[in-house]
Amino acid sequence: MASTEIARQAGEGARAVPLAGHVGFDSMPDQLVNKSVNHGFCFNILCVGETGLGKSTLMDTLFNTKFEGEPTQHNQPGVTLKSNTYELQESNVRLKLTVVNTVGFGDQINKEQSYKSIVEFIDAQFEAYLQEELKIKRTLHSYHDTRIHACLYFIAPTGHSLKSLDLVTMKKLDSKVNIIPIIAKSDAISKSELAKFKIKITSELVSNGVQIYQFPTDDESVAEINSTMNSHLPFAVVGSTEEVKIGNKMVKARQYPWGTVQVENENHCDFVKLREMLIRVNMEDLREQTHTRHYELYRRCKLEEMGFKDTDPDCKPFSLQETYEAKRNEFMGELQKKEEEMRQMFVQRVKEKEAELKEAEKELHEKFDRLKKLHQDEKKKVEDKRKSLDDELNTFKQKKTAAELLLNQAQQAGGSTTLKREKERKN
Amino acid sequence: MFIYGPQQQKNLEGYVGFANLPNQVYRKSVKRGFEFTLMVVGESGLGKSTLINSLFLTDLYSTEYPGPSHRIKKTVEVEQSKVLVKEGGVHLLLTIVDTPGFGDAVDNSNCWQPVIDHIDSKFEDYLNAESRVNRRQMPDNRVHCCLYFIAPSGHGLKPLDIEFMKRLHEKVNIIPLIAKADTMTPEECQQFKKQIMKEIQEHKIKIYEFLETDDEEEMKMIRKIKDRLPLAVVGSNTIIEVNGKPVRGRQYPWGVAEVENGEHCDFTILRNMLIRTHMQDLKDVTNNVHYENYRSKKLAAVTYNGVDNNKNKGQLTKSPLAQMEEERRDHVAKMKKMEQEMEQVFEMKVKEKLQKLRDSEAELQRRHEQMKKNLEAQHKELEEKRRHLEEEKGSWEAQQRILEQQKLDASRTLEKNKKKKIF
Repeated sequence: MASTEIARQAGEGARAVPLAGHVGFDSMPDQLVNKSVNHGFCFNILCVGETGLGKSTLMDTLFNTKFEGEPTQHNQPGVTLKSNTYELQESNVRLKLTVVNTVGFGDQINKEQSYKSIVEFIDAQFEAYLQEELKIKRTLHSYHDTRIHACLYFIAPTGHSLKSLDLVTMKKLDSKVNIIPIIAKSDAISKSELAKFKIKITSELVSNGVQIYQFPTDDESVAEINSTMNSHLPFAVVGSTEEVKIGNKMVKARQYPWGTVQVENENHCDFVKLREMLIRVNMEDLREQTHTRHYELYRRCKLEEMGFKDTDPDCKPFSLQETYEAKRNEFMGELQKKEEEMRQMFVQRVKEKEAELKEAEKELHEKFDRLKKLHQDEKKKVEDKRKSLDDELNTFKQKKTAAELLLNQAQQAGGSTTLKREKERKN
Repeated sequence: MFIYGPQQQKNLEGYVGFANLPNQVYRKSVKRGFEFTLMVVGESGLGKSTLINSLFLTDLYSTEYPGPSHRIKKTVEVEQSKVLVKEGGVHLLLTIVDTPGFGDAVDNSNCWQPVIDHIDSKFEDYLNAESRVNRRQMPDNRVHCCLYFIAPSGHGLKPLDIEFMKRLHEKVNIIPLIAKADTMTPEECQQFKKQIMKEIQEHKIKIYEFLETDDEEEMKMIRKIKDRLPLAVVGSNTIIEVNGKPVRGRQYPWGVAEVENGEHCDFTILRNMLIRTHMQDLKDVTNNVHYENYRSKKLAAVTYNGVDNNKNKGQLTKSPLAQMEEERRDHVAKMKKMEQEMEQVFEMKVKEKLQKLRDSEAELQRRHEQMKKNLEAQHKELEEKRRHLEEEKGSWEAQQRILEQQKLDASRTLEKNKKKKIF
């Protein structure tokens, strides 16, 4: 019997002992399964593809139910991700299925940012899980896992090759999610073209280093079917919710004048293979890969970004307590430093402004000193003028006084002459 | 942009196939294999090793690997034995943890401490493994179940029993067992069980709980178990023939006490419950309850080191990283506010200063204007005066000239007259 992981882990520390009878722990898988069934399952699918490739129809066909929504127009300004959760039940198994659709993907003229919303969405789900996992009081057991378990990438049935948008997008997503590329509306391609198309797509993916999801071949019970299916990737699918009567059965099909494409006929398309692989055989593996590979990668990157390491510079082994405390101290120190810096900056500004204002004050004083000086000069001029005027006045006065004196004298003399004359005349 | 729609129920219109999920889970779990850690605690001589051997139908403890009672210790130690067993394609890595020396000393104070330390150290290992940046598949070495052996005194629990269970009931699933049940009659056993359960309730000891389920079959079994708690067991390493059939049992002169006979003891119930129906649940309760308990206490102590714990009790739902993020955001807000305030004060002071400058500038300007006006007035005055003076001067000079002229005229006339007079 092949060795189990536990057996490998046990290694040297454990010895194998034979059992003398039926103990009963072979019921463990059943106990585990019962618990899972009671708890319910959840599965999240992301459909990426251009508008009009039949994403919603395919989902309806896969899950035999009419999910929601009207078909979208081509005039979306950006890529929106619409998520809907459905509670389904089949026999005793309850499944919480979330279908996320990319609305408006590939519709813009400039598609450079198209993949960004998708990556952000996937990361947001990882982040939510990480936050829950890191909480002190957490409830992981009842947490509704929204991480994307499978990404169906819809390739347009051009028959030639992948579009550059496809390559760019898948390259950005392949380390974050299990990508299952499918050729949509494959009833538009003939069988021979299809084979060539598949080969072209596969080689382009390989040459561009895009890692798509491989159905696991390590479990012997499913190894064979999985490896056969791997060789049929990408699946060429046709979706339809309409039924047509073929023979005496009603089957899902698309009716054309030249014939009817039967969805569940393996000669017509790979729908059955997709359903088999995605749902019936590997659903649990898709969930597991998401958790142990993609999520772990996200978590590791996120923690490393925040500066967490598994060993400190002295290479001592990881201690949660020490790391958290160290991180916290570092963090507090940073905050303190920022505060100090800001304060210093303000002190600097105050100093500068003070200097500025002092300068302005000085200038003002200088200006007024100059004005004062001017004023002083003017005043002096006026004073001088006044003085000269006064001098003139005085001089004039003197002159006048002198002249008057003279006049008086003359008058007196003249008066006597006149008087004499007068006297003579009289005589 | 993300849009989340409401949750809806949908009916399937045909077979989809996810009903196969449980099989996928089954397959994967078998491939991985299972592990279980069982701890046995009790004084020496209570038949612990024999019971383990009987439970797992193997010679876990043999002369080569002796059980705890054969290893007389001076102090309580904790020892692990790991065995790998296979059955029906299912691999189980079974770890038995025993505690030789427990309760054997004269002074047994703190003999539970090594047990607590062991359980905590397993939790710590798991926590550290879980908290690593680079995580790998983590082995689960936590203690999933503790079988506590009560001596069949027939009276009640001993103080040591009570003390031990009180200290460990929140760290591990405790299943109390009455050891060597074949030393009591059914009536004595019944009494003993009643007494023990009464005391367990009195001391609020939380032993492993069997939860009710919707399944009728299961509920019947669970009710049966609950009625018989604590389970009274007998173990045996020897096979004896009874009525032609080989059975595990203990041979007495008066008969054979059969281990697997439901009328003789509760061994079968224990085995079925522990291994066949509740093993997974024991692991789940350990993971979801006891471990989470340990973890939240440990992390709260780390994160809120030095901070008043009462204030932060309501915040325990945040992860330490989220806590730091929040603190960072708070700090940014605080800084922003501080910056704003400082900015305001700064602006205000600058405004004041500028205003002062402007005022003094205006004042000086005014004064200057004033003085200028003054001077101008004086100028004007002087101009007036000068003009006046000039006028006066002018008119006086004019007068003088007239007077001069008159004088001249007068003297000429005189001269003329003089000349006339002579004739």
